[in-house]
Amino acid sequence: MGMFDGIAGFGVTFSTMFKKVVTEEYPLVKKVTAPRYHGRHQLNRHPDGLEKCVGCELCAWACPADAIYVEGGDNTPEARFSPGERYGAIYQINYLRCIGCGLCIEACPTRSLTMTNEYELADDDRQDLIYTKDMLLAPLLPGMEQPPHPMRLGDDEQDYYVQGPEMARRGRDQAGADDLDTDNRAGANALPGAALVGKAPEEKR
Amino acid sequence: MTQAPEQEAPPVPEGHVRLTIDGTTVDAPKGEILIRTCERLGIVVPRFCDHPLLEPAGACRQCLVEVEMGGRPMPKPQASCTMTVADGMVVKTQVTSAVADKAQQGVMELLLINHPLDCPICDKGGECPLQNQAMSSGRAESRFHEHKRTFEKPLPISDEVLLDRERCVLCQRCTRFSDQIAGDPFIELLERGAHQQIGTEETAWGEGEEFQSYFSGNTIQICPVGALTSASYRFRSRPFDLVSTPGQCEHCASGCSTRRDWRRGGVTRVLAGEDRAVNEEWLCDKGRFAFRYPTSPQRVLQPMVREDGVLTPVSWVDALERAAALLTAARDGGGAARTGADGEELAPKRGVGVLPGGRLTVEDAYAYAKFARLALRTNDVDQRARAHSDEELAFLAGHVAGVAPSHVSYAHLEAARTVLCVAFDPEEESPIVFLRLRKASRHGTRVVHVGSWTTPAVAKTGGHLLGAVPGAEAAALADLPDDLAAALAEPGAVVLVGERAAEVPGLLTAVSELGARSGARIAWVPRRAGERGGVDAGALPTLLPGARRVDDADAREAVAEVWGVPSLPAEPGRDLTAILTAARDGALAGLVVGGVDPADLPDPELARAALAEADVVISLEQVLSEVTEHADVVLPVAPAVNRSGTYRNWEGRDRPFATTIDPGQGGSGRVGGTAAVTLPDCRVLDSLAVEMDVDLFTQTPQAAAAELAELGTAAVTPSTPATRPSAPADAPGDVSGGAPLTSDVSSGAPLTDGPRVRLATWRQLIDGGSLLAEENDLPGTARPARLRVAADTAERLGLVPGGSARLGDAFDLVVELADLPTDTVWAPSHVPVAGGVVTLAGLGLRHGDLVEVTPSVVGNGDPR
Repeated sequence: MGMFDGIAGFGVTFSTMFKKVVTEEYPLVKKVTAPRYHGRHQLNRHPDGLEKCVGCELCAWACPADAIYVEGGDNTPEARFSPGERYGAIYQINYLRCIGCGLCIEACPTRSLTMTNEYELADDDRQDLIYTKDMLLAPLLPGMEQPPHPMRLGDDEQDYYVQGPEMARRGRDQAGADDLDTDNRAGANALPGAALVGKAPEEKR
Repeated sequence: MTQAPEQEAPPVPEGHVRLTIDGTTVDAPKGEILIRTCERLGIVVPRFCDHPLLEPAGACRQCLVEVEMGGRPMPKPQASCTMTVADGMVVKTQVTSAVADKAQQGVMELLLINHPLDCPICDKGGECPLQNQAMSSGRAESRFHEHKRTFEKPLPISDEVLLDRERCVLCQRCTRFSDQIAGDPFIELLERGAHQQIGTEETAWGEGEEFQSYFSGNTIQICPVGALTSASYRFRSRPFDLVSTPGQCEHCASGCSTRRDWRRGGVTRVLAGEDRAVNEEWLCDKGRFAFRYPTSPQRVLQPMVREDGVLTPVSWVDALERAAALLTAARDGGGAARTGADGEELAPKRGVGVLPGGRLTVEDAYAYAKFARLALRTNDVDQRARAHSDEELAFLAGHVAGVAPSHVSYAHLEAARTVLCVAFDPEEESPIVFLRLRKASRHGTRVVHVGSWTTPAVAKTGGHLLGAVPGAEAAALADLPDDLAAALAEPGAVVLVGERAAEVPGLLTAVSELGARSGARIAWVPRRAGERGGVDAGALPTLLPGARRVDDADAREAVAEVWGVPSLPAEPGRDLTAILTAARDGALAGLVVGGVDPADLPDPELARAALAEADVVISLEQVLSEVTEHADVVLPVAPAVNRSGTYRNWEGRDRPFATTIDPGQGGSGRVGGTAAVTLPDCRVLDSLAVEMDVDLFTQTPQAAAAELAELGTAAVTPSTPATRPSAPADAPGDVSGGAPLTSDVSSGAPLTDGPRVRLATWRQLIDGGSLLAEENDLPGTARPARLRVAADTAERLGLVPGGSARLGDAFDLVVELADLPTDTVWAPSHVPVAGGVVTLAGLGLRHGDLVEVTPSVVGNGDPR
């Protein structure tokens, strides 16, 4: 029993007063994530705007939380969404189930599915947290054309996989900017994934 | 198994050889293929071309093993799928032999050289033997860096089947299937060497014979890679998305096992199930591809009652109460008093007829039979939604009702030395029976068809045609060639009779007499899946459940005792045509109609008039139809995928199936649709009967089946009919709904005056039936509807092959030549046209009738 017993319990309180504050000022100040943070998914596009997704469902297969639903579709000469025969006709990710593990990204054979740094995945309605294909598709960058349209980069899908990166580089050089990198690795680059961070919820719907 | 050295090995059984596989001594029957012996030991040798139901080919070379004969090793590894076992053989598979393993790795590398790396977009991905075996005996990295061989893809070889030649490993399963099993030369090996590829005449030269097969879908299922894929399943899902449930095919009386793969409340594909006793591993294209009808926008998912002339959805309770009140009133004749056109009082209509249709499970047919007898107190129940006769009722009672598969089964067909098909085109009417007959004929069975021309089925089962003028088949049976009569007298001979035998007066009697005379076993092969079960369950006007006759007082008493009622209606009921006639003429007040399409009936106009005239029409339906247009109350019933039950196939074999998609588990009629739950017919009828103060005890298919089993089957002696059917002389008048046949038909004398010729007709397998309504690709593989005629008759009538002919007043068909008798033409009885189906019955034409055939004006409409 000493004279400081009455205030000894405040030790932690007082010492904390002189330490750096850890409180996040979110949402006034948005935290910048680590570059490879596993945020919201994105379905990427080829340099001409065709979708990279071929509807193979390997992401759905890999998903340990059963959060992804895919149905393939048949590209026709009249309506082409991706190079090759098959495209993802229905694509849904249920963010109530998604655990952000990134196994889907590893499974994707065309590097269509990547993750952005967007982490604001909260809502008050179940339906709104099931993201559909139109919400997940990457935005059209300069030089891209909204599918369906014919293959612009070559005669068959092989040209897309063989020449695609080269085309993208060329397009970037021509545009004189470095914002045409369509080959988004998981958050490794700043654009276009980062451009979506902090996007207002109304826009994403 | 391995023998301890000091023990004396047991002697080799008779007909067996002893060999050693991977150090294990095994006895194998002589002639067994090595790869099967390995299978029995649990050693899986990788393979692509080997299929237990196809002849060995040794095409893919994946199954190489090391073999030593008589102490001398063979110089190179051998294909175990073509080598038969021999005594003293020592076999080392990849399990114990590095040589065999290396050989298999090498073959796998070779097969993968030109195989594209498109597993992610390939429909076979996830269930692909090549994928699996590349994992088990292939290398992870390819050493082949050159360009892979490419082809144009996908190549549609029919509306149902797509070919991707890049993925093909040339195992020849598909070509061997088309040659050995189906007999349709639709797919072949083309070119040589590195250019070798699978294709059709059309893919090779851009033109050629039209692809046509009812069995093409099987090639998709047996293809060990993704080279042959289904147009309807293309990119729909992955095997791991799907729940596979065993089912039974609901399309015909063959009774095939199926595997239904489904996802999110809807079936995505149907595959053949394996049942060696029935369909082996095959399924016809109708069974495989016609599965979308439960998701039709026309599906009825809620009970409906007609209010002010419009069908209005109501609750089950309201619908059942309304239906029960209407039926009770109609049964007792207590309905509204009728006034004639002139205002005079007419006698009130009285009684209700029941038309269950031929697509029911045994349990449902039983519920209909019991509902008619107890709730409606009548024997006016007839499931035969097709041509029928009183003669047929006698035949069914004497030869069909209660007969077990031990009388005639698929195995009997295969073992028989002679099979006679009467009024039965197996390929069109029961495709799996056709496959078995073809298998039998390839092994020496003589399959003789009584018919008017060499149909594809006749040609593919040995080409034995016993020509008969349409309508005179009975005479042909009475006067068989001596050698055939002798062959039928041999033990094991089988006579198969089709359901359309009822169209020809005296034919079923002639079949009975032939059976009695020769001792050949008789089997009746109806088209629809429910017909055979309906006969056993008593959904006929003269038969009670369990092969009991209505006019037999003891039988009635036995049934009444099980049903717990004092007595049953004793007067034999009306048949379908009589019920419809009575309803039209006001003798019957009401109709309870199941899955009946007026277009299928012998007189569609009579059916339409009867439905319009009847005071009360209660329809138990899956989809909105011509019947529901007239119905006062529509009670929805569940399609086969949403319920359990039992079909009974033509053999009399029970084909039980469980629910595929439970309607209570979100599997409503529509994909992602409402939560509406439909119920089996037997449950609906049970509830309806309860509203009428009658207990049927058929709440579930299981309860109905248990009671039917309790009733048992009255003693049947199938080869000797219980009563002699009516004499052929009286028969013409018995053909219900038909005008009396032209007098000289049975004489077979040709008519050479004018354009009138004799008509032969029957249905084709894929002809716009109501279960095919939702299919887009399937009709493309249907046989085109053609008018077939002999060359001399064509010349006399002025018809040109490939030109158009007019049948009757206003129905045009393309002409094709065939070996018909002079002054005879053949046309399919149902012809799908834009927006519906034209039936010859609807035009007033029946098998054996005389019909006027004239060349039609050029360019004036070809229906197909």
